Amino acid sequence: MFLLLPFDSLIVNLLGISLTVLFTLLLVFIIVPAIFGVSFGIRKLYMKTLLKIFAWATLRMERGAKEKNHQLYKPYTNGIIAKDPTSLEEEIKEIRRSGSSKALDNTPEFELSDIFYFCRKGMETIMDDEVTKRFSAEELESWNLLSRTNYNFQYISLRLTVLWGLGVLIRYCFLLPLRFKEFLSKHVHLMCYRICVRALTAIITYHDRENRPRNGGICVANHTSPIDVIILASDGYYAMVGQVHGGLMGVIQRAMVKACPHVWFERSEVKDRHLVAKRLTEHVQDKSKLPILIFPEGTCINNTSVMMFKKGSFEIGATVYPVAIKYDPQFGDAFWNSSKYGMVTYLLRMMTSWAIVCSVWYLPPMTRETDEDAVQFANRVKSAIARQGGLVDLLWDGGLKREKVKDTFKEEQQKLYSKMIVGNHEDRSRS
Amino acid sequence: MIRSEPPALLTGSFSQASLLRLYHRFRALDRNKKGYLSRMDLQQIGALAVNPLGERIIDSFFPDGNLRLDFPGFVRVLAHFRPIDDEDPGIRDPKEPEPLNSRMNKLRFAFQLYDLDRDGKISRHEMLQVLRLMVGVQVTEEQLESIADRTVQEADEDGDGAVSFLEFTKSLEKMDIEQKMSIRILK
Repeated sequence: MFLLLPFDSLIVNLLGISLTVLFTLLLVFIIVPAIFGVSFGIRKLYMKTLLKIFAWATLRMERGAKEKNHQLYKPYTNGIIAKDPTSLEEEIKEIRRSGSSKALDNTPEFELSDIFYFCRKGMETIMDDEVTKRFSAEELESWNLLSRTNYNFQYISLRLTVLWGLGVLIRYCFLLPLRFKEFLSKHVHLMCYRICVRALTAIITYHDRENRPRNGGICVANHTSPIDVIILASDGYYAMVGQVHGGLMGVIQRAMVKACPHVWFERSEVKDRHLVAKRLTEHVQDKSKLPILIFPEGTCINNTSVMMFKKGSFEIGATVYPVAIKYDPQFGDAFWNSSKYGMVTYLLRMMTSWAIVCSVWYLPPMTRETDEDAVQFANRVKSAIARQGGLVDLLWDGGLKREKVKDTFKEEQQKLYSKMIVGNHEDRSRS
Repeated sequence: MIRSEPPALLTGSFSQASLLRLYHRFRALDRNKKGYLSRMDLQQIGALAVNPLGERIIDSFFPDGNLRLDFPGFVRVLAHFRPIDDEDPGIRDPKEPEPLNSRMNKLRFAFQLYDLDRDGKISRHEMLQVLRLMVGVQVTEEQLESIADRTVQEADEDGDGAVSFLEFTKSLEKMDIEQKMSIRILK
C-alpha cells in the first residue's frame, strides 16, 4: 500500500528534501527529549486533533448513509441478542409451570419441555458468545479512518517507519558494544524503549507510579500485544520471561539477552512447569536481580477482558505486583491475533495506526495468603487487574482460543439438571 | 466495518439489519475463512460445548450427512427462533408455506432434537439416549429407564410405544412455545 510509491523524479526530490527536514526535526524534537525523559505537549495536541477528525468523519458517514438509505453497520460490543440472565433451575421451572395445569409441587421429574431450555441456550451461543467476541478485534462504535487511504495517512506512515527504523538502529548500535557495562546498559535500555515508544507515537499515561515493581518481585500484567513489553519496559527495569520466537522477534530477543539477564524458554520447555518454576524461583530469590515481567494469560486477548490466569507464576510465592494495561481502541487496534497474522504484518499494522494510546495502572503489591491456593490467588490478582482497567473478568481460559473446552464445565450443567429430574430419590421410592 | 454484503436471496425471514448481524457472526465463526462452517467451527464455541445437548444442536445444522454449512443454511436453522410477534398475522397469504418460526415449526425443531434416526417417532430407546446426554453420569441406568418409560407412556396415545409428532404437540399444547423458543436480535 504505502510502500508502492510512484517513481517520479519530482516526487523523489521532494522526498529527499522532506527526509532531511524530518531528520533534523527528529533530532531536536524526539531524541533529545527521549534521553532526558522530557516530552513536549505535541503528542497530546495530536491526539486531540485526531479525536475531532474522527468525530467529524463518523458524522459525515452517517449522513451519507442516510441519504443513500443504506444500512450503516454499527457493531455492538454488548452482544447482538437480548438475553435474560436466569439460571438453569429457574428457567426450567418456569417452562414447566407454563406448560402443565397440575399444581407445581416440588417432586423432581422430567418433562418433554425441558429440552427447550437447552435448545434455546445452545442457539443463543451460536448467535453470540462471549469468547469468540473477545477474540475478534474489538469492534469500534465509531470509525477511525484506518481503512481508507488518503494523502495524510500515507505521509504520516512514512514518518513513523523512519522513526521506528531509527529506534531499532540506535538500539543495536548501543546495545552490542555496551554489553559489559550494566549500569550504562540499563539506562540505554530505558532510552531505547522510550525511543520506540515515541516511534510508535504512543501516548501512555502511567497511574500510581509509587507501586512500581521492585527487585525480587514478579510483575504480572494482562496481555494484548508484544507492545505491552515496550510500554512497561520504558518505565522501569525488568527481566523478561517469555517464549523464544523465531524470525524478527528472535533476533531482538537475543540482542536483549546480551544486555540484561532475561529468562527465555522454548515453547516445549514451557510445558515442563517444574523447570520453569525452578528457574523463576532462582531468579526471584536473588534480590539484586530485576523484577520479572510475566504475562500469565498465555496468549493475546483483544483487550476487552482478562482471561483466566495460568497459575504457574503464582505458585512461586514471591510478591506479585499487578499491572493493568488498557488500550484506547479508537486510535489503533493493538490486538495481535497470532493465529491470523505473523509478526511482521502485525508490526506494519502497528506502524500504520494513528497512534497507540493506553493507560497503565500500577496496583499495590499482593502476596499469597496462607489459606489460598495458587488458583485462588491467581483469580484474586486477575479480578484486581480487571477491575482497575475496566475490563470484563472472564472465567474462560485463554487457551480456548486454540483448544476445545474441558469437559468439567459440561459436567456441572449435567449435575444441576440431574438434581432437578431425580433429586432425592429416597422421597420418590417412599411415595 | 463490514467488507462485503451477505447474499441477497434471504429476504423474507429476517430483517436486513438482523441478516447483517448474522452474516458478521457467520464470518467470525468461520475461522479459516473457508466461506462455510464445519462441525468443528461450531464445536469450538466454548459455551456450546458445555451445553449437554450441544452435539444434538450442531447435528440440526448438518442434516443428511452434510459436512458444510453455508450462510443460507445457517440462517434457515436460526430462523426457527425468530419471535412470532414480529410478523403481522393479517398479511400472510395462506397459500404460502408456513414461516419457519411458526409454532408448528418450532415444535418440529424441538421434536427432531429427540428423534435421533429421523423416523418421525421418538422411541423409548431414543428418549433414553437424549436423557443420558442431558444428565451425563449423574443418574443411574435404572432411574433413567424409569423416567423414560414414564415419559413415553404419558405422551403415547395410540399405544405403539413411541411418541409421534402429533402426540408430542398434544402433550405440549398448553406450552408457551413462542416465548421459550425465541431469540430476539437487538436492533
